[in-house]
Amino acid sequence: MSIWELANPVRFMRLSGRVLPYVSVLTIVFLSVGLVWGFFFTPDDFRQGASVKIIYVHVPLAFLAINIYFMMFVTSLIWLIRRHHVSALAAKAAAPIGAFFTLAALISGALWGSTTWGTYWQWDPTLTSFLIMFIFYIGYIALWGSVDEPDKAADLTSILCLIGSVFAILSRYAVNFWSQGIHQGASLSLDKEENISNVFWLPLVTVMTGVFFLFLTLLLIRTRTEIRNRRITALQAREVL
Amino acid sequence: MVLRGPNGAGKTTLLRVLAGLIPPQSGKVELRGIALENRDDYQDQITFAGHLDAIKPQLTVAENLRFWADLFDSKTFDQTLQEFRLSEIADRQAHTCSAGQKRRLGLARIAVTARPIWLLDEPTVSLDTETTAQFATLVDRHCAKGGMALIATHIDLALANATELRLEPLSAKARASLPESDPFLTGDWV
Amino acid sequence: MRALLIRELRLALRSGGGAGLGLAFFLIVVILVPFGVGPDSKILAKIAPGTLWIGALLACLLSLDRLFQADSEDGTLDILALSPLPLELLVAVKAFAHWLTTGLPLVIAAPVLAITLSLPGEVYFWLIASLAAGTPALSFIGAAGAAITVGVRRGGLLLSLLVLPLYIPTLIFGAKTATLAAEGGDPMPGLMLVLGLSLFTLALTPFAAAAALRSHLG
Repeated sequence: MSIWELANPVRFMRLSGRVLPYVSVLTIVFLSVGLVWGFFFTPDDFRQGASVKIIYVHVPLAFLAINIYFMMFVTSLIWLIRRHHVSALAAKAAAPIGAFFTLAALISGALWGSTTWGTYWQWDPTLTSFLIMFIFYIGYIALWGSVDEPDKAADLTSILCLIGSVFAILSRYAVNFWSQGIHQGASLSLDKEENISNVFWLPLVTVMTGVFFLFLTLLLIRTRTEIRNRRITALQAREVL
Repeated sequence: MVLRGPNGAGKTTLLRVLAGLIPPQSGKVELRGIALENRDDYQDQITFAGHLDAIKPQLTVAENLRFWADLFDSKTFDQTLQEFRLSEIADRQAHTCSAGQKRRLGLARIAVTARPIWLLDEPTVSLDTETTAQFATLVDRHCAKGGMALIATHIDLALANATELRLEPLSAKARASLPESDPFLTGDWV
Repeated sequence: MRALLIRELRLALRSGGGAGLGLAFFLIVVILVPFGVGPDSKILAKIAPGTLWIGALLACLLSLDRLFQADSEDGTLDILALSPLPLELLVAVKAFAHWLTTGLPLVIAAPVLAITLSLPGEVYFWLIASLAAGTPALSFIGAAGAAITVGVRRGGLLLSLLVLPLYIPTLIFGAKTATLAAEGGDPMPGLMLVLGLSLFTLALTPFAAAAALRSHLG
């Protein structure tokens, strides 16, 4: 089966309906195992104490927050090029989840920062970039809300998402130019040397998988709702005529 | 050619599709063998006037017309100004003009572009009977010179040799028999 | 193309001082800052580049929402879209006219206002240079935002929400150039980055804006 078949709303509804229960179960399993493991069965950090455990919330959310924006970029591009409705609706459905994850990453980061850096907020490049990303999400959601015609809204938000992506990357470099950071580099990389120790790493990856499935579950539910909404609108339009 | 039909029949939509502002939902648009997709050549043949006059109130009548003449590379600016009896108000700011004068200026824009095919949406709104008659003469003259005009209107323009195309809103039954193109209405929903 | 530019300039100058309004707004924003932070000239000198840049940015935003809105309301946009001029070029010309009537006056007025903020003498050149290099980016990014929000409900408000985050890189590079000059650093890389950003937006945003306008016409 080609992935483009999912572009048809009916087929998407059928398949997503079948997949949804499994994804939900995976979410619960990975999240509960990972969080319990991380919170109760890993040692405290010798400097940070128990507050290091915020990592199990903060890092997965931040990681997803960026990737959700990337996903919206891809789905927007698909809408503009191939005009598949499901693609545009998936981007619409993903935005509030992404905005919430970004906000949650910012808040959990602020709490973590207050114990380790002694401050809730610092105009550090990484933190600033996340704040900018949050504003992008808000603008994107607001634009969806302000345009009535669904296809036009999809066009405009997609264009905004593409421009936003370009300028998000520019902002990322700009804030580096603007301020030296205190945020540490990536905790996870393929280069094993730089990674944090395995004791933290394995539960972290488990939680991350869980958060990914959480996103997938929410995304599927929200996209299905959007599709149903569109169908209701289309049916009503037909009746009026 | 005169386009008639009740509100909601699709007169404006048809004109906008023919102008190339809206892509057709199905079917093909072709003008003297030039397809709509061949945008530059296609649009060199047409000029379009919608409900609105596209007049800037801050500019004078002459400035308004001069802009369109320059933009469409037209040489007939002075001639058009006279033909539409705009010479005496040429230096007035457009916001001081009456509705009829504005409409005349709007129609002058169509003439000044010097395109063979005119697509006009309700061109005679707020024109008095005299000006309407003059407008009809103008269309006749344009057609006599080998031009063509497609006009959506509710009133009788008394054009010399106009064919009439009537659009009717689709009945519910006819609509149901059409192949459905919206992917949110087709298929096997549960 | 020249006809369009002339018309845009004429409209901006005639519509109740459209250009002057932005300038007046710039003036008031910059003047408000000392009232907020106090008259200490050392502090004012330190924040002068940033203040002037933020003032310029807000003044630029002020006139953006009419950029396509007016043409869309009176039907001009339909005709322009059917003119021999490609929509991308049309956007570029309009954005350029916006810069001439809004951005350029700001660049000229900025040094005068800088005096009130006690900006050190050697920084003037870099401040003007950064504004001259950066304000075209503000107009061009704004044009894309304005094209997206044409005819949208609460479009003006939405425009600010969409465009201001996009202004962040320009603001950072622009203000940093002047700040670096004030602190005795080398402002050249900053200026080059602003200029690069302006050229980049010049090339990119007309296409995005034209795509958005096409969607509005349909």
